[in-house]
Amino acid sequence: MMNKESIQDRLKKHILILDGAMGTMIQAYKLEEEDFRGQRFKGHSESLKGNNDLLSITRPDVIEAIHRAYFEAGADIVETNTFSGTTIAQADYACEDAVHDINFESARIAKKVANEFTKAQPDKPRYVAGAIGPTNKTASISPDVNNPGFRAISFDELYHAYKAQAKSLIEGGVDFLLVETVFDTLNAKAALVAIDDLFQEGVKKVPISVSGTITDASGRTLSGQTPEAFLISLMHIDLLSIGFNCALGASQLLPYLQVLRRKAPFYISAYPNAGLPNEMGAYDESPEKMGEQVKTYLDLGLVNILGGCCGTQPEHIKVMADLAKDAKPPKLNDENLEA
Amino acid sequence: MEKYLALSGLEPLYIHSDSNFVNIGERCNVTGSRKFKRLITEGLFEEALEVAKHQVDGGAQILDVCMDEGLIDGVEAMTTFLQLIQSEPDIARIPVMIDSSKWEIIEAGLKCVQGKAVVNSISLKEGEEVFKKQARKIKQFGAAAVIMAFDERGQADSLSRRIEICERSYRVLVDELNFPSHDIIFDPNIFPVATGMEEHRRNALDFFEATQWIRENLPGAQVSGGVSNVSFSFRGFDRVREAMHAAFLYHGIQYGMTMGIVNPAQLEVYEEVPKDLLNCVEDVLFDRHDQAGEDLLEMAERYRGQGKKEVRDLAWRDENLAQRIEHALVKGETEFIVEDVEEARQSLGSPLAVIEGPLMDGMNVVGDLFGSGKMFLPQVVKSARVMKKAVAYLEDFFDHDSSKSSRAGKVLLATVKGDVHDIGKNIVSVVLACNGYEIIDLGVMVPAQKILEEAVKQKVDLIGLSGLITPSLDEMVFVAREMQRQNIDIPLLIGGATTSKVHTAVKIQPTFSLSPTIHVLDASRAVTVANKVLGQEKDKFAQELAKEYARVREGYAKKQSEKKLRSFEDANKHKLEIDWTNYKPVRPKFLGVKSFTGINLRELRQYIDWTPFFMTWNLAGKFPRILEDEVVGEQAKVLFGDANEMLDEIISKKILDARAVIGFWPANRKGNDVIFKTESGENIFHFLRQQTQKAQGQPNLSLADFIAPHSAGYQDYIGAFAVSTGHGLEAYLNKFQKDQDDYKAIMAKALADRLAEALAELMHEKVRKEHWGYAPSESYENADLIAEKYQGIRPAPGYPACPDHLEKNTIFEVLNAPEKVGITLTESLAMDPASSVSGWYFAHPESKYFGLGKIDRDQVKNYAERRNKPLEEIEKWLHPVLRYNP
Repeated sequence: MMNKESIQDRLKKHILILDGAMGTMIQAYKLEEEDFRGQRFKGHSESLKGNNDLLSITRPDVIEAIHRAYFEAGADIVETNTFSGTTIAQADYACEDAVHDINFESARIAKKVANEFTKAQPDKPRYVAGAIGPTNKTASISPDVNNPGFRAISFDELYHAYKAQAKSLIEGGVDFLLVETVFDTLNAKAALVAIDDLFQEGVKKVPISVSGTITDASGRTLSGQTPEAFLISLMHIDLLSIGFNCALGASQLLPYLQVLRRKAPFYISAYPNAGLPNEMGAYDESPEKMGEQVKTYLDLGLVNILGGCCGTQPEHIKVMADLAKDAKPPKLNDENLEA
Repeated sequence: MEKYLALSGLEPLYIHSDSNFVNIGERCNVTGSRKFKRLITEGLFEEALEVAKHQVDGGAQILDVCMDEGLIDGVEAMTTFLQLIQSEPDIARIPVMIDSSKWEIIEAGLKCVQGKAVVNSISLKEGEEVFKKQARKIKQFGAAAVIMAFDERGQADSLSRRIEICERSYRVLVDELNFPSHDIIFDPNIFPVATGMEEHRRNALDFFEATQWIRENLPGAQVSGGVSNVSFSFRGFDRVREAMHAAFLYHGIQYGMTMGIVNPAQLEVYEEVPKDLLNCVEDVLFDRHDQAGEDLLEMAERYRGQGKKEVRDLAWRDENLAQRIEHALVKGETEFIVEDVEEARQSLGSPLAVIEGPLMDGMNVVGDLFGSGKMFLPQVVKSARVMKKAVAYLEDFFDHDSSKSSRAGKVLLATVKGDVHDIGKNIVSVVLACNGYEIIDLGVMVPAQKILEEAVKQKVDLIGLSGLITPSLDEMVFVAREMQRQNIDIPLLIGGATTSKVHTAVKIQPTFSLSPTIHVLDASRAVTVANKVLGQEKDKFAQELAKEYARVREGYAKKQSEKKLRSFEDANKHKLEIDWTNYKPVRPKFLGVKSFTGINLRELRQYIDWTPFFMTWNLAGKFPRILEDEVVGEQAKVLFGDANEMLDEIISKKILDARAVIGFWPANRKGNDVIFKTESGENIFHFLRQQTQKAQGQPNLSLADFIAPHSAGYQDYIGAFAVSTGHGLEAYLNKFQKDQDDYKAIMAKALADRLAEALAELMHEKVRKEHWGYAPSESYENADLIAEKYQGIRPAPGYPACPDHLEKNTIFEVLNAPEKVGITLTESLAMDPASSVSGWYFAHPESKYFGLGKIDRDQVKNYAERRNKPLEEIEKWLHPVLRYNP
């Protein structure tokens, strides 16, 4: 066991940098079906190409290298390669049975790399966030327009799936859990109830962060909540941080972060995309351009945790890390805020 | 720094101590809204959403959703409704209040809302362990909670008890569970004041002081309550009630109340309450002196008197003759109608011209207003009274032959054989008459052959069958079959409380092919249906109807095949397992039978459940809120006023005779039977058991489950009762029938029915407290009684828990009801007089009301053997609940 400063203490003194996109980085490796299958899934019934989470088992070297690249760029935190690591999301590839290993291995790899960096540079301890994605189903919205009462997934199904994922992540050694890209707050609630139950059942307690997604210019989540309503729905939990990621670029995300800054009694996180998608559907905002926008965050004292989502790469993270290095971290709001 | 309550739907809602009063939308409540209940029961969730939408549009800031009803699967209904709400951003905008007394429904609700909801409610009623478990779960899901001032010893009814319970709840929540204090909303019980009872004098003040105490000593907690309770004893005195609500709220807010179930639109502004009235009200609220209650009562009389003596606006008397007649019909004013029709007769030259001219014109206006929802049923009935009076006067001037004019059509109405209920039928009769139909009303208990003979003889255009009890459904099938057999080609209308479109489509229509058979949902639809059946496009209507009913049949068949039943054997294995070893039955104060006559009607009055009374008149809404309803409130008030006036007369002149007989016997369960011992030996109550496939852990209930089996090793007890307030009604009705006053006749019957139910309620309370005495110290308000909060039940044969009417034979026999209280049973086992109630008493705390649902052949066979009756006979009685076609 390493004896490093707790992330809570670290956040009091520094703005911490989260890593950038995992998917964009994996694409660069141009992996093929065999890479995804490895030895273990050689005879698997379904095509596995694109099941990025599986690479933690079949190509751990790739995942390790990506974590390393982000730590080298100056990230304090990397996310485990587990965005789709629930039985629900893995069902698309018939890989439900691999869920424990995906999460456990992903956590283990990230932790190994983090420990290396912490050891080499003890005054900049590195952390691992256990990434818990939204799954590909939503508990508040019907996928069938003709049957608005229908649900493709129930709260209880989500609960069990999240519980299994969170347990394996904690066992794998993550420093905290990050329930992220929340497009439906009810999905997130299922995750949070499951995690709370795990703690009560004796699983090691770790901090929890939540990051929602504002889908578009409507300024709401996919399930329709305003940032404020989203915050209120989750404020009963003693979160490490709350914030937004994905869907929007840094400048579009700014007004919603301001709402959280004003109202939330937690640290604030933001990891926007590299701009909005271009005509080919790719995120291509340059590190410099993104840096300018992120600087506004820092000037306004909006964020405690800063990173990138779709399309961001180590270059983007480096720009952010340099900008944030000497910035003063915003203080926690008093628990009693103006409404 | 200040704490506040933050809630959310799609958008946030903040409640500070200085926020304006928060209005909770209360109509999405199956116990509070008849319409909502019907929509949910029939699975019309899309339409139920409209109710929610209306609430939000009307300014509700929180949407209360309650699915607590015996016959509704609350978990499923709550889930479905909340999920549908989510698809309507206009509704999902505001936070939800998950309202249930059942924890499993609350939990199901919590799993459907992404926002921060309010749970309504939990309390220490069942002890600290249950309370903590529930509070932990609420906290985990991130909801606020309404905490009732209720503990193991009962509901708080004094300042000290309120403080004691609220403080204890708060300490448990905040200190032991770390529950956020600002997510606690106390409901410290608003109880009525000025009831004449010494112990109620401080009710308002205690609430205020408790509120203040809570706000000062329990930081963060909010206070809520149901305001209209406070003026409960001033029912009928709306002016006073509004003043009391305004003053209560004004002071309540000063003392720290922040939210509540009130309708702000109906609240009088505090400053606008007349000073003398306000003084009186405040004297009462603050219990300023011994006379305060009596002063307010006196003042109330004055305000009621004043309201009545308002100068009547007779300007309409200056209008032309036709307009005056129309006015009299629309407003239901009989005073000048005779002189007006006489004037019309002289100027038009013939009585027929008056009927077909100004009178029919006026009634057409009434019909239009009714059809467009601008008039309500009680008003239409009053219009009919005017019409009848006018026609009765004109009849003297008719030549013998010309007396019958060609009208819209001739309708024969009858309550079928074996059934004595006719309020609904009489209303239909009035509504149709108002719309130009000639009515031939054969009354109640009419045999099929009589109906058919009269129909042929009188050449009627329509036959309308009515009935309330379930055996009447089969009698209707019989009438339809006979019509087919005797080749009688007349459209058939089916109506009455137990009838349904499904039953009509599945059981009646297929037996009768000569003419359309149509189910008429309620009196307000009767005219539309009659017009369509007889109108110019009748063939098209008949075709569409046939198609629609075919669809209903398909849907029914599909549903039946989807609904899985357990085998009877399996259902028995899933009976309710009560822990009999830790139960000690209370021995009733007497065993055998006791009867009571000359029961004080005045005492009964306060036990009346008014909500069904308004349903009788097609006015939807829960009492007392219905009086303040935006749509029907005005009409409900008028009706309520008239009802109370008649009730005054019934009581002061002792017009009705209230009688009751009750009995208790040692009893034990054997299988699904309860064996009990009377003086003349052993007797048996036979019960049925649910066979539907239940969720894991949910029992298949039978009433027998609530009685200890022989194997418990001790004697348990069962009780039964029969009560009636129908004696004296016939004589009273004669007077109105002579005056052609249908309005009052219907009113009198409806009131007698309510009094019978009130008597059942009163007797049940006395049984619990005295005669059986298993709950000697219970204390409930009438609203709680209506909500069935007490221990033990009084199910009635023929109702959902026990659809078998045959049990009435046993009950009547062992109570000796015909002799003791003069209630008899018809061949269909309806009670005569109609304003009667009979049933059993069960005392076990776990006994509860339930619906039997469908049962299968295996159980029916077993049941017939137990009863020692032929299978066919049993199948006839149980027809409506059979899963199969015998």
